[in-house]
Amino acid sequence: MTRSNWITTLVLAALAVVPLGLYYAGQPFWLDIASRLVILAIAAASLNFILGYGGMVSFGHAAYLGLGAYAVGIPVHHSIFGGLDVLGLATSNGWVHLGLGLLVCAVFALITGAVSLRTKGVYFIMITMAFSQMLYYALISISTYGGDDGLTIMSRSELPGLALDDPVQLYALCFVSLLVVLALLRMVVNSRFGQVLQGARGNPQRVTMLGFNIFHYQLVAYVLAAMVAGYAGFLLANFTAYISPEMMDWTRSGELMFMVILGGVAVLVGPVLGAAAFILVEELLSHFTVYWQLPFGLMLMLVVLYSKGGLAQWLRLNQSGPGGGKP
Amino acid sequence: MDGSLLLMQVINGLQLGLLLFMVASGLTLVFGILDFVNLAHASLYMVGAMICAWLSYLVGGFVVAVLLALPLTALVGWAIERWVARRLYARNHLDHVLATFGLILVLNTSAHLLWGPEGIPVALPDYLKGQLVLGDDLVLPKYRVIIIAAGLLAALGLFWLVTRTKLGMLIRAGASNRQMVAALGINIELLFTVVFSLGAVLAGLAGMLITPITEASLGMGNAIIITAFVVIIVGGIGSIKGSFVAALLIGMIDTLGRSFLDVALGWVFSANAAENSAPAISAMLIYIIMALVLAVKPQGLFPPKVR
Repeated sequence: MTRSNWITTLVLAALAVVPLGLYYAGQPFWLDIASRLVILAIAAASLNFILGYGGMVSFGHAAYLGLGAYAVGIPVHHSIFGGLDVLGLATSNGWVHLGLGLLVCAVFALITGAVSLRTKGVYFIMITMAFSQMLYYALISISTYGGDDGLTIMSRSELPGLALDDPVQLYALCFVSLLVVLALLRMVVNSRFGQVLQGARGNPQRVTMLGFNIFHYQLVAYVLAAMVAGYAGFLLANFTAYISPEMMDWTRSGELMFMVILGGVAVLVGPVLGAAAFILVEELLSHFTVYWQLPFGLMLMLVVLYSKGGLAQWLRLNQSGPGGGKP
Repeated sequence: MDGSLLLMQVINGLQLGLLLFMVASGLTLVFGILDFVNLAHASLYMVGAMICAWLSYLVGGFVVAVLLALPLTALVGWAIERWVARRLYARNHLDHVLATFGLILVLNTSAHLLWGPEGIPVALPDYLKGQLVLGDDLVLPKYRVIIIAAGLLAALGLFWLVTRTKLGMLIRAGASNRQMVAALGINIELLFTVVFSLGAVLAGLAGMLITPITEASLGMGNAIIITAFVVIIVGGIGSIKGSFVAALLIGMIDTLGRSFLDVALGWVFSANAAENSAPAISAMLIYIIMALVLAVKPQGLFPPKVR
């Protein structure tokens, strides 16, 4: 096995074994941390797909995390308090939650992506940010779903053969999902589609001259990433049993972006490393002081100023060659 | 809807638009000349407001506090340019976004450390309070008129500075060709510092002016930055004229939308449906406008000519 495969396997094996070991040793706290870590790693991996491989610096990715979560919260809310009788949506059936979440994410990504991808560079950063903030403000103003305060999800999604109320089963689902998502993204990145996408990041003129319509490729990638993030939102809602507009605030998107950069752009396992580093440092610092964001912010600035390539570079995982991580 | 309510909301929209212009013009100026995306720009709006609120307790007067807080905000802007921004000019936009995201956390937490988590209310002196009676039934709150006047003055001052002075000439030259300006013997680093601090002062002033109406709070920067982004996207990034037009447009649409959209929707849909959907739609209105503008003109209303 190559060095990069070794480290990937090691990291994933640690995630499979350590949290459950600690849980059964009477430390359930770490299983909570690991669940959040794995869910955010899935979202970050989907962002890495468009940001790292596709060169689309989206600053609104948390919107899809939020949409996926609201697709759990809203049907459950109506299944308990009535209302929303169309198409049998008022239900706690997990398949409905999942299908609704993926559909809503795909539609929202298709519409906003079609507008956003007409722009380039800094316009794209700002416009994706603005669209996600639009959802944030819209949900704040809808008092039926708790507005600013959010909504407690009274019962978790029902899936056959799985009890998501059990933290171990929920973690198992999250972890297997991470494996599937990573495998899926690796497959897409190495496919013809993924090659065109990466080519368009490196040299859009040349890829256009080869006869590819870059816009279509990027839009499909954008929608795919949104759906994966929406799936992470489905898991997140079932983990926290709580939804609020705060989940899709632009600062959340910034954090996802940071996980990607911290781990190493355009490296398959990078987002997992990044999410792990991010969450562990956050957890550690917030134990010491309520002002943890001060050292944390300084750390983020220092990472950008003085490290290129993130943790992956440090572990020498970069195999994508020159140009990797220069959107 | 009656006339005086409409007038009041137009005044509010104008006020919001001018405050937005003060924040957005600095953002667009810094981007146009330095090619630097500064997410932390709105934190300067918050920092200005906080310093002003703190000083108004210390010295016991709002106007004096504003006059003292302006150079202090410029100093904060100068320090950020000197120690953070300058190291980033040569990097790509993604690095700008990430580093200034970290900077926001640092500035917000520092303000939290210094002044506590609570918002600080600011009292207006008596001579700024009360109503301005202009006619039989034309009554305007005095302080809002002052904000509008101050905003218009700031906008005029900025236009004068950029189009009529030597500094403005250098700023415009720097925006179109940095290397050439440097090659002509102009101290480009100094120019960058001046522009950055100018943007900080404008944003800070906007924050100070709004504090007597709302209050100075930690979250105020994060709330306005996205709207400021919408303004400069719609106006065309780098164009001061564009950000002026877009700021007034966005300020007006947002304010009027929030007040009258339920009535307007009521003409088309049932009163109940209008009542229910109006808050959500009016919250989304400026973003929909942004999307429409970009669908027609991807570079904004006034795309910068050189770039």
